[in-house]
Amino acid sequence: MILILLIVVPFLAGLLAWAFGKKASFARWISLVGLAIDTLLVAILWFGAGNSNDVWLRSVNFAWIPQFGISFHLALDGLGLVLIALSVFLGIISVAVSWTEIQDRVGFFHFNLLTVVAGIIGVFMALDLILFYFFWEIMLVPMYFLIAIWGHENRLYAAVKFFLFTQIGSLFMLFAMVGLAFIHYQSTGLFTFDYFKLLGTPLTPRISLLLALGFLGAFAVKLPIFLLHTWLPDAHTEAPTAGSVILAGLLLKTGAYGIIRFVLPLFPGASIDLAPVAMLFGVLGIIYGAAMAFAQTDLKRLVAYSSVSHLGFVLIGIFAFNELALQGTVLQMVAHGVSTGALFVLVGMIQERIHTRDMGQMGGFWGKAPVLAGFAMLFALASLGLPGTANFAGEFLILAGVYPVSVKTTAFAAAGLVFSAVYCLWMMYKVFFGPSSKETLPDLSLRELSIVFISAVVIIWIGVHPQPILNKTAAVMKNTQSNMAAAHHENTLETRFVLNKLIR
Amino acid sequence: MFKLIWLVPALPLFGFLFLTVLGSRLSKPAISYIGAGSVGLSALVTAAIAYSFITSPPDDYRIAFIFADWMNVAGFNPKFGIYLDALAVVMIVVITFVGFLIHVYSTEYMGDDDGYARFFAYMNLFMSSMLILVLADNLLFLYLGWEGVGLSSYLLIGFWYTDPENDKAAIKAFLVTRVGDAAFAVGLFLLFFHLGTLNIQEILLNAPQVWAMGSFVATAAALLLLVGAVGKSAQLPLQVWLPDAMAGPTPVSALIHAATMVTAGVYLIARMNGLYILAPIAQSFVAYIGMFTLLLAGFSAIVQTDLKRALAYSTISQIGYMFLALGVDAWSGALFHFANHAFFKALLFLAAGAIINSVHHEQDMLKMGGLRKQIPLVFWVFLIGASALAALPFITNGFYSKDLILWHAWASPKGNVLLWAGGIIGAVLTGLYAYRMVFLVFFGEAKIVTDYKPGPAISIPLVILAFFSIFSGFIQMPEVLGQTQLFTEFTHTALPVSRILSGHTTEAVLIIIASAASLIGLYIAYKAYIKDPQLAVNLLKTSPGSALNNFFFHGWGFDFVYYTFIVDPFTHLARAGKNDVIDYFYQGIAYVMRKANYLFGEIQTGNIRNYAMGLIFGALLTVAALVFS
Repeated sequence: MILILLIVVPFLAGLLAWAFGKKASFARWISLVGLAIDTLLVAILWFGAGNSNDVWLRSVNFAWIPQFGISFHLALDGLGLVLIALSVFLGIISVAVSWTEIQDRVGFFHFNLLTVVAGIIGVFMALDLILFYFFWEIMLVPMYFLIAIWGHENRLYAAVKFFLFTQIGSLFMLFAMVGLAFIHYQSTGLFTFDYFKLLGTPLTPRISLLLALGFLGAFAVKLPIFLLHTWLPDAHTEAPTAGSVILAGLLLKTGAYGIIRFVLPLFPGASIDLAPVAMLFGVLGIIYGAAMAFAQTDLKRLVAYSSVSHLGFVLIGIFAFNELALQGTVLQMVAHGVSTGALFVLVGMIQERIHTRDMGQMGGFWGKAPVLAGFAMLFALASLGLPGTANFAGEFLILAGVYPVSVKTTAFAAAGLVFSAVYCLWMMYKVFFGPSSKETLPDLSLRELSIVFISAVVIIWIGVHPQPILNKTAAVMKNTQSNMAAAHHENTLETRFVLNKLIR
Repeated sequence: MFKLIWLVPALPLFGFLFLTVLGSRLSKPAISYIGAGSVGLSALVTAAIAYSFITSPPDDYRIAFIFADWMNVAGFNPKFGIYLDALAVVMIVVITFVGFLIHVYSTEYMGDDDGYARFFAYMNLFMSSMLILVLADNLLFLYLGWEGVGLSSYLLIGFWYTDPENDKAAIKAFLVTRVGDAAFAVGLFLLFFHLGTLNIQEILLNAPQVWAMGSFVATAAALLLLVGAVGKSAQLPLQVWLPDAMAGPTPVSALIHAATMVTAGVYLIARMNGLYILAPIAQSFVAYIGMFTLLLAGFSAIVQTDLKRALAYSTISQIGYMFLALGVDAWSGALFHFANHAFFKALLFLAAGAIINSVHHEQDMLKMGGLRKQIPLVFWVFLIGASALAALPFITNGFYSKDLILWHAWASPKGNVLLWAGGIIGAVLTGLYAYRMVFLVFFGEAKIVTDYKPGPAISIPLVILAFFSIFSGFIQMPEVLGQTQLFTEFTHTALPVSRILSGHTTEAVLIIIASAASLIGLYIAYKAYIKDPQLAVNLLKTSPGSALNNFFFHGWGFDFVYYTFIVDPFTHLARAGKNDVIDYFYQGIAYVMRKANYLFGEIQTGNIRNYAMGLIFGALLTVAALVFS
C-alpha cells in the first residue's frame, strides 16, 4: 500500500496545485507538502526495512488487464529505494528552486513537475513490463511541457527533439516487450508481462540479442550513450532549472536503472556479448562528453555535456557485472544527481541574476558573490571527482570493478579524470575568477543557500560515509553479480560447444 | 599519547572549516590566531608525539590506529586509519614545524590583503591534506590527502584570481599533477585487484609473496605510482607546473616547495619502498629520472632572472636529488635531504618574500643589487640558505644530506658512476646558481633604495630557519667525519638499510670531490658576477650563448612541446566541434524530413485537374506493371 501512496501522493499534490493554481503560493506549498509526505514514506521504508538479506522489501500485485496478462505489480528493492529517495530529494529541490523563477502558470507547472516525479517513482518500482512502459511514458509528456512552456529561447526545438528521441527509443522497447511476452507464451503457454515470470525465458542467442537491443533502445537514449546523446544538451539547456535538475538528476538514471533491472536479468547472455561494445561507448562518452563540455560557451550547456561524461562511467560500471562496479554505479548515480543538480541550480541562480548563460559575459564573480562561488567550487570539485565527495567514491568503485574486466577501459576512463578537471576548472575560471565583469551579482538568499547547502552536505556525507547507501543496494547487486556469473559460465560453455562442433 | 595523532591533521582542518564559514566576520587578529594557531597546536601535538615516540617507542617502532570504516564493498574495505612510524614522524615534524613558521610569517606578509581569511583557510587546508597524506595507513586515504594537496595548491596559486595569468598557472598546476594522479589511480586499481587490499603495510607484506622479483605486474604497479609521484614532485617530464606556480603569494611557494606538495612524491616512493625493491627496473627509473631532472633544472636555474623562478628550478633540482637517492636505496638519505631542504628552501623563499617586499615587488634579480647593506638580516639568512642549498662543505645541513645521497649513488649496489657523476655536475650547478642569486641580489651596485624593515613575525621565522639550515645537518655525519648517525638510526626502524660496497678511503675521496664541486660552483659564480661581471654578459651576446640561454630559460622547451602537441590541438579540436558533429546527422534527418514534407505539400494544389492527372498516371503505371510483370 505504501508503494502506491508513494506514487499517488505527489500526483494528487500536483493535481491540487493545478486546480488551485490561481494562488501561486498555494501551488508551491502543496507541492512541498506532497513531497514531504513522500519523504516520510521513504523514511519509513528506509528505516523499517530491517534485515536487508531479502532482495525485495515490499510489493503489491493485483490484476490490471488479465486478458493480456498485465498486472499492477509494484515491488521495491534496495536499488529502487535509493533511487526513489533521490527522486524525492531532487523533487523538493526542484520545487524550491522554482519558487521565484517560475511566475507563469504556476499551478500547471507544479502539476507537471510532480507528475514527472510520480512517474519516475513508478518506473523505479514497476515490475510488470506494460506497467513499466506506462510509467515510462508518464515521465515523458509532462517533461515535454516543462521544457516547451517554461523553457528558454529555443525551447520548442529542444522539447520536440527530446520527445522524438525518447519516443523512438521507447518504441523499440515496446516491440521488445511484446516480442518477449510472445516468445514466453510460445514456450510456456502463459501470456504474461510479469517480470518474475519472464525471467529465465529460454531464448536463442540471436533473439536474446535482438530483444536486448530493443530494451537498450529506450535505455540508451535516456542514459544517454555516446551517439544518442544529442538531445540532452538541448533539452537540459532550454529547460527551466527545475526541469534540468529532474532531467539530469533523475531521467538519466531511469536509463541506467532499466539496464540493471531488465536488460541484465532478462538477457544475461546478450548482455555479456554486448559488454565490450558498451565499454567502448562508455569510454567514448566519458571523453567526448568532457571535451564537448570544455568547448561550450554556454554555461548550462557545459554542465549538460558533463552529464554525458559522468553517465559514461555508469555505463561501463554496469557492464562490468561485478558487485564492486555495480555498487559504484549506484553511488555515481546518486552523486551525479545531487552534484549536477546543484550545478544546474547554481547556473539557474546566475541566470536569474544576470539574464545570460554566456560565459563570455561572466568573470570575477568570486569577489561579488563569494558564497555562491564557494558552493560552485565545491560542486565543480565533486564533478571532477575529488576524494571526499560522493562522486569520487562512485567513480573509484566503478573503475576498481572495471579493472579486472578490462584494463584498457579502466585506463581510458581514468584519463577522463583529467578531462573532467579540464572543464570544471575552465568553468570556474571563466565564471568566478579572472577580471571582474560589469554585471552586478547579489549573493545567495537564505532559500537559495539552504538548497545548495543541503546538497553539499549530502555530497560530502556520502563521500566520507557511503555505507548506508551501499548496504541498501548490496543484496541486489550481489544477486546481479551471481546471476551474471552463472550466465557467463553458460555462455562460455555454449561457446565451447560451438567451438567443439566447428573443430569436428 | 599516540592516540592523539588524529589531532595533527584535524586541527588545521578545523581551522580551514572555521575560517571558511566565519572568516568574513572575524577580525584580522582573530583570523591570525585561528589560522596560525591551528597549525601551531598541531605542531605542539606533533612535538609531544615525536618526543614520546623517541623516548618510549611503541612496539617495533610502529603503531596503527583505525578511526572508522570508509566503505566496505565486496571485500574492498578502506578505512580512515593512521599509521605512525619513524618515516611518518619525521614527515609530520618537518611539515608542522616549517609550516607553522610559514604561517607566522604570513600573518605579517599577507597583513594587508583583502583575502586574509581566505588565505589562511586555504593554507590550513593545505597543511591538513599533507598531514593526511603522510599519516594515512592505506593508499585510498593517502589519495584523499594527495588530491587535497593538489586542490589546495590550485586554490593558493590562483589566490589573486583577478589576474588571468595566476588562474592559468593554477589550472596548469592542477592539470599537470592530475595526469600523474590518474596514473596513480590506475596503480591503485592494479594493486587492489592483485593483492586484495589497499592497506600499505598489507601491500608491502603481501607483494613479495604474490610477485616474483622483477615481475611484470610489480613493475607496472611501481611505475604507475611513480607517474603519480613525478607529477606531484615536479620531476621529468611533469615538472612544467612548478616554475609557474610562483604566481601565488610567496608564503605559498614556501609551503609548496618546502613542507608540502612537492615532497609528496618522495614520501610515496619512500613509503612504498618494498614495492620498488621488488621492481628493480622501476627503481632504476626513479634514479635516472632524479638524475636527469636535477641536471635539467640546474641548467635552467642558472639562467633565470626572476628570483622566485630561480628558486623554483632549484627545488625541482633538489627533489631530483631525493629521487636519485630513492633510486639507489638511499631511503634515509632521501628523507634526510627532504628535512634539510625543507628548512633551507622555506628560508630562501621567505627571505625572497622579504627581498621582494623591500624592492617594491620587483622580482627581477638583474634589477636588484647591493641590498646587503640595506637589509642586513635578510642578507645573512639568505646567505645561509643559499650556502645550505649549495651544500657548502662541513658547515651547512645541505652538505651532509647531499653527501649521503652522492655516497650511495656511488657505493650502493644500485648506484653507478653515471648517477654519481650526474649528481656531482648537479652540485657544481647548484653552487653556481645559489651564489649567483646571492651576488646578483646583494652585491654590486645598489639599483633600488629601500628602507624596508621586516617586523618580528617575518624576522623570527627567518632566524629560526637559518639556525636549522646549519645545525640540522650535524645529527647525521659521514662515517669518516664522525660517529653521529642519529637520523639514520632513527629512520632505519622504518626504512630498509642499504648495502654499501665501498670502504672508508673511497668515502673520504668522494667527500673531497663533492666539496670541491660545490666550491667550484661558488668560484664560477664569484668570477662571473663579482669579479668580472662582463663575462656573463659577453657570453650571452654570442649566438650559441644566447640560444642556449633561451633554451634553458624556457625550461628546455617542454612547455612548447606540450602546448604545440597536446594543449593547442585539443583546444582547437574541441572548439571546432563545439556544435557537436554527431548532431549534424540528426539534423540531417530532420532536414530531409522537412524537405520531403515540403515536396509532398507541393502536390496538394487543390486543383482538380492535377489530381485527375495523378490518378490517370497512377492507373497507367499500375496497368503497365501488371502487363509487363
